[in-house]
Amino acid sequence: MSQQPYLLEVNHVKKYFPIKTGLFNRVVGQVKAVDDVSFGIRAGETFGLVGESGCGKSTLARVLLKLKSATGGEIKFGGQDIARVGTGELRRLRQEMQIIFQDPYGSLNPRFLVKDIIGEPLRVHRRMSAKEVEDRVVELMELVGLDITRRNRYPHEFSGGQRQRIGIARAIALNPKFIVADEAVSALDVSVQSQVLNLMMKLQKDLGLTYLFIAHGLNVVRHISDRIGVMYLGKMVEVARTDDLFASPMHPYTKVLLSAIPQASPNRTKERIILQGDVPSPANPPSGCRFHTRCPFAQERCRVEEPKLETLGPDRQVACHFPL
Amino acid sequence: MAEKILEIRNLTTGFLTDNGLVKATDRVTLNLEKGQTLCVVGESGSGKSVTALSVMRLIDYAGGIIEDGQVLFNGQDLVTKRQNEMLKIRGNRITMIFQDPMSALNPVFTVGEQIAETLRTHKKLPEKEAWRQSVDMLRKVGIPSPEIRAKQYPFEMSGGMCQRVVIAMALACNPELLIADEPTTALDVTVQAQILELLSQLKTEFRMSMLLITHDMGVAAEVADRIAVMYAGAVVEEGTVSEIFNRPRHPYTIGLLRSIPGLEGERGGELYTIKGSIPPLSKVPSGCRFHPRCPYAMDVCRTNEPPLRESVSGHKAACWLDDTGEDDPRPGKPNRVETKVTIGSRPEVTHS
Repeated sequence: MSQQPYLLEVNHVKKYFPIKTGLFNRVVGQVKAVDDVSFGIRAGETFGLVGESGCGKSTLARVLLKLKSATGGEIKFGGQDIARVGTGELRRLRQEMQIIFQDPYGSLNPRFLVKDIIGEPLRVHRRMSAKEVEDRVVELMELVGLDITRRNRYPHEFSGGQRQRIGIARAIALNPKFIVADEAVSALDVSVQSQVLNLMMKLQKDLGLTYLFIAHGLNVVRHISDRIGVMYLGKMVEVARTDDLFASPMHPYTKVLLSAIPQASPNRTKERIILQGDVPSPANPPSGCRFHTRCPFAQERCRVEEPKLETLGPDRQVACHFPL
Repeated sequence: MAEKILEIRNLTTGFLTDNGLVKATDRVTLNLEKGQTLCVVGESGSGKSVTALSVMRLIDYAGGIIEDGQVLFNGQDLVTKRQNEMLKIRGNRITMIFQDPMSALNPVFTVGEQIAETLRTHKKLPEKEAWRQSVDMLRKVGIPSPEIRAKQYPFEMSGGMCQRVVIAMALACNPELLIADEPTTALDVTVQAQILELLSQLKTEFRMSMLLITHDMGVAAEVADRIAVMYAGAVVEEGTVSEIFNRPRHPYTIGLLRSIPGLEGERGGELYTIKGSIPPLSKVPSGCRFHPRCPYAMDVCRTNEPPLRESVSGHKAACWLDDTGEDDPRPGKPNRVETKVTIGSRPEVTHS
């Protein structure tokens, strides 16, 4: 796996949102939603991205797809810097990267028939006759396990899990290389969630997909990911292979995050670290290491000097002055 | 047998629709002993929230109708009470916290004022004393500088802080029973850990009993004494935490536990799935309501509804395949199913 080239390379990417106020929309500050993040995703792997709400993981995903443009930094998709490509070229690139959203209700147009939702990318990007589109839609519906006789129905006639399958069918319609799954299974019930996860793993194997899998459910991320990146307040604090990360987290935040998950096995006693306070505002992040205000191991140096993401072992980067 | 603070007996609650009454809970029977925590777990549409709202009699306002059954709170039936009698119980002796703390608070009053209101209404405290106690409550739920925070509005606080305020409000009158409906679902994991810790600490301090509703088996494993599993409006299994996790007896519980990806052990393989999806409440299947999704369904399951049968230890399950070890002749008694579970791994089911 480690020999695989990077499909997506992210170097020092930043995304700042201006805070505007008053009559003239004066810019009084910036929310640093993503601040100097670097990592890479290899072809064929699943890269999990975890972190709490407001840590910038969804913003990062949208920046990677150029749904939002980056404030700074470089994003290379298949060797091409997506910040520099023109409109026509971007249109071609977009076919290779797709996204599956969290909310299976809000992400499907309620006035479109299911076949039109799944067929829309084909009509936009491919010169296909109506018949060809219909055939491809049927093929896609079979691939994701939807009943093809229901293609002339509206999204509201489907359950949450089935709607998510519709979203997946739409995402793979153009044979993309790269799919961002932004909390794609988070809104689903457990019994349905496992069905959708199995489908995503099967499609990855059959179609050779690369996933960026964003979720806050750490057990789900662990199951599906080859490597995991942990974000805190706009920063990537640790990147590691899944097994390494769970066996021995090196950043204190990762350790805290892992210890906080309630486990469905009551007989195990485990160490639990309970953090004080809330996540600080990204408009006014703490000085030095952003985690120092809540870190159980913080020292003087953490308050003043910001740690860099450094390589500490094979496939492992940690941004901490005193890694565990 | 310890004293029961809450006994729900055959509670059937429904909603009137164009197609007649749709039952959201169907003969739900649950018991909660004093000082204990009962977790009701289930997926969406299982009727767990409706059960909670029925206990509070808030279901009347949500358009629901309690068709049948009793809700005995310290031996008194709440179902037959008038709403003005419920006003004295609700918010005072039984209180409730909800999933979304932001919408549970009034945005135009300060949080201190909202807690004080509860104390003035139920304890008839004078203004100043109510304010003093509400600041005190904020301190108890771990809000730093409570004197300043009490004068703030909900929008000035984070989600975790707001949930603490809601808990402070719920506990202000020292209730006997706290009903928590998905109290940590909207919160991040690190904040969830804080709130769960706080709830269990306060439960001891205030000597309350707790009915906790959650979809998260992990949360249930951490806080519950007993767990009731609901599916499509009915309780299908009930037992102690260890019984539910280590010796689950209902195929739905077994399937649910197996579907959850673990935090250790093997990963990346195909996950266990329960085929199909949860039926809408207007189309609850005949016989056993789980039979269309059950891998062990037999003829009897399609026609006859299995009763919730109790083992000697008090572990209850509603399944025709289930063998409690007791001598009870059932129609077409099937092969016995043994459930074998090793701790930390997923349960396995084998036919013998």
